[in-house]
Amino acid sequence: MKELETNDNGRRDFIKTVALATVATAACGTLASSCSSKVAANEKVKLLSPDGEIVEIDSSYLNYQEHLAIVSKLEARQGIAGKKFVMVVDLSRCKDARKCISACQKWHYRPEDREWLTVKLMRDSENAPPYWFPKQCFHCDNPPCVKVCPVDATYKRQDGLVLIDNERCIGCKFCMAACPYSTRVFNWNEPEMPFDIQHAVSNPETNIPAKVGTVEKCDFCPDRARVGLLPPCVEACPNGVFYYGDENEDTVSNGDETLGFKQLIKDRAGYRFMEELGTKPRVYYLPPKDRQFPVERGYENLPDKIKARYKDAMEGTEK
Amino acid sequence: MELNKYQQEAFDKQRPVIENFGKKTWAWTIFFMAWILLGGYALYLQITKGHGITGMRDNVVWGLYIANFIFFIGISYAGAVISGILHILKVEWRKPIIRIAEMITVIATIIGPVYILLCVGRLDRLHHLFIYPRLQSPITWDVLAISTYFTGSVIFLYLALIKDFAIYRDAKLNIPKWKQKLYKILAIGYRGTHSQNRHIRISTNLMAIMIVPLAIIVHSVLSWIFGMTLRPGWHSTIFGPYFVLAAIYSGTGVLIMAMWVYRKMYGLQSYLTDKHFIYLGYIMMVLGAGYGYFTFSEYLTGWFASEKWESEVLEKLFNPAKYGWWFLFANVAGILLPIVVVALPKTRTPNLIALVSLFMVIALWVKRYLIIVPTLESPLLPMQDTRIEYVKYTATWVEWALTFGGIATFFLFFTLMSKFVTVIPISEFANKGTTAEQPVLNENEIASA
Repeated sequence: MKELETNDNGRRDFIKTVALATVATAACGTLASSCSSKVAANEKVKLLSPDGEIVEIDSSYLNYQEHLAIVSKLEARQGIAGKKFVMVVDLSRCKDARKCISACQKWHYRPEDREWLTVKLMRDSENAPPYWFPKQCFHCDNPPCVKVCPVDATYKRQDGLVLIDNERCIGCKFCMAACPYSTRVFNWNEPEMPFDIQHAVSNPETNIPAKVGTVEKCDFCPDRARVGLLPPCVEACPNGVFYYGDENEDTVSNGDETLGFKQLIKDRAGYRFMEELGTKPRVYYLPPKDRQFPVERGYENLPDKIKARYKDAMEGTEK
Repeated sequence: MELNKYQQEAFDKQRPVIENFGKKTWAWTIFFMAWILLGGYALYLQITKGHGITGMRDNVVWGLYIANFIFFIGISYAGAVISGILHILKVEWRKPIIRIAEMITVIATIIGPVYILLCVGRLDRLHHLFIYPRLQSPITWDVLAISTYFTGSVIFLYLALIKDFAIYRDAKLNIPKWKQKLYKILAIGYRGTHSQNRHIRISTNLMAIMIVPLAIIVHSVLSWIFGMTLRPGWHSTIFGPYFVLAAIYSGTGVLIMAMWVYRKMYGLQSYLTDKHFIYLGYIMMVLGAGYGYFTFSEYLTGWFASEKWESEVLEKLFNPAKYGWWFLFANVAGILLPIVVVALPKTRTPNLIALVSLFMVIALWVKRYLIIVPTLESPLLPMQDTRIEYVKYTATWVEWALTFGGIATFFLFFTLMSKFVTVIPISEFANKGTTAEQPVLNENEIASA
């Protein structure tokens, strides 16, 4: 496996695989149906290989790749050796396009209103202008949720990820109460998913299938990272808000550009949200300076149902 | 068993209670059973349909159930702490009330943990607590603490019952065979020998000493489920002692109410005397003052420093449009009322003390609700981009049915227990007489105390 190699080759591989990933998603975009869960057999999908050749693959093979639990549960507990996953979110670029949310839910087969990723309208003080604030799991290095789990169902891995084994979770919801960022969601009712997904082999890395009475959350898509793909939220963002990468390699990519992690944080005054809580998040934010979109752009075109969620906050900003 | 004059008197008085079940008791039993059945139906729905039928959602992940859990474990302190401490201090007047107190402990400790199970999404995986235990989790501490505490309370109650079981066994009561057999087994061959008495005495003393710290551990650990998190309104250093004190306080209230009910129902005025109500009233008053002090310092410090998130929770508690009236009720009925009623000689009567106990116990239940829900409704991040119905918590009928089901279970167990053992312990009356005949203080002294 490429990911298991040491740092010498790691960087080049990472860029290469990221490039492939971008191509693959682009192909998915054009042949929309081929990336959904149900595809007729023997349908061919055109993909661009790393060498620049167009190849045709059976779409069932593509599907097969999608949610293959490629590691054992034990490996899913240990994590990918040598990695330290990190994410950088550029707040100056977000306009609440919500493509990240729909891509995440589609990938994880979660219904429309079970967001793992949410976008808040933040306003730091009365005179400060509001800004859009995408928030997924911070995969804290000092995770309050892991501390309180009575059965070791949620755990911290060596590559920095905090995952949940939903076959072990007893659903006490203590982790949800303990998480200061309201990241975790609970399956209050029997989750609806396609038949084949419902009967897929459960693995904490794929988070599929969802199970009633258990807690779930953003998993930083380690199954995709293992095959060199970026998380769907990163790929789907039209504005390149999310950078995903490896702190050890000091590289992050938003699909379009690949940057040095430390340099990016240095140049753009990156910070971690609520540093004072001592949770040591693995997600960094770049302050919303020189914003690309006025904040209203994200609000105006929302469906009414979603718009209602921001009503109070938007009213505050118009004053 | 040879009974002395006073024991015989106490036994004769209560003999009909355990001999006949009575139509009234049947009616009550059926009434309570109906509530329990409704709760059972709600539980069936919750298990089959998922927790979606409760009012709990992603933000307010706990609701009524956890409030009930804290409440029941709280009232269980009646036996553990009140009876335990009075035993250690060798307070003579405790003797007629210890059985009621310890019954409250055992029954409440059976019901309380059921509520935490109702919050668990996957009851089929409960064994994971034992096969994948994580000692770092406060829930694991709770499992250990409560199970130890329950075992201790059962032993403490049982030790005080052995002599009585022997009395029932030898009394040739007019009761069914199985009941007689059960008394015989439970009396474990007690014949009143010197060595048997000595063993019971030593064990009871030991249990009294152990049960007090155990009880303190249980509620501290319970409070730490909240105190250990980074949530406003929960992350407080005084939560341990605050919960412990509130628990003893509410336990005393329930004890007073239970005494009042039994006194009325079985005509036990000569055993559960006015003096008992007044003494327990004094204890309640002192605990109420302590509880008030903790409440005051908890909210004053939060309000004065007015840190952002703490202020958000306090705003909800102080605002009449949100939880303001409930908060006011919790403090007036839960702190001021009991203190005033017991402090004024005019209102210091058994009936009024029992009445304010009822108000106080309800107020403390409300207080537990106010600890849980407003904090969960105030996450650190603004509650946007979440479904509208997730913002505020409203308990559904399922949760209320299970709440009343639990209360009915409490009453039912109490009713059945009082038909199985005498609520006034018979063997406790030594030869020199009942406490009723030898008041420790006369009326004037009580008034001036």
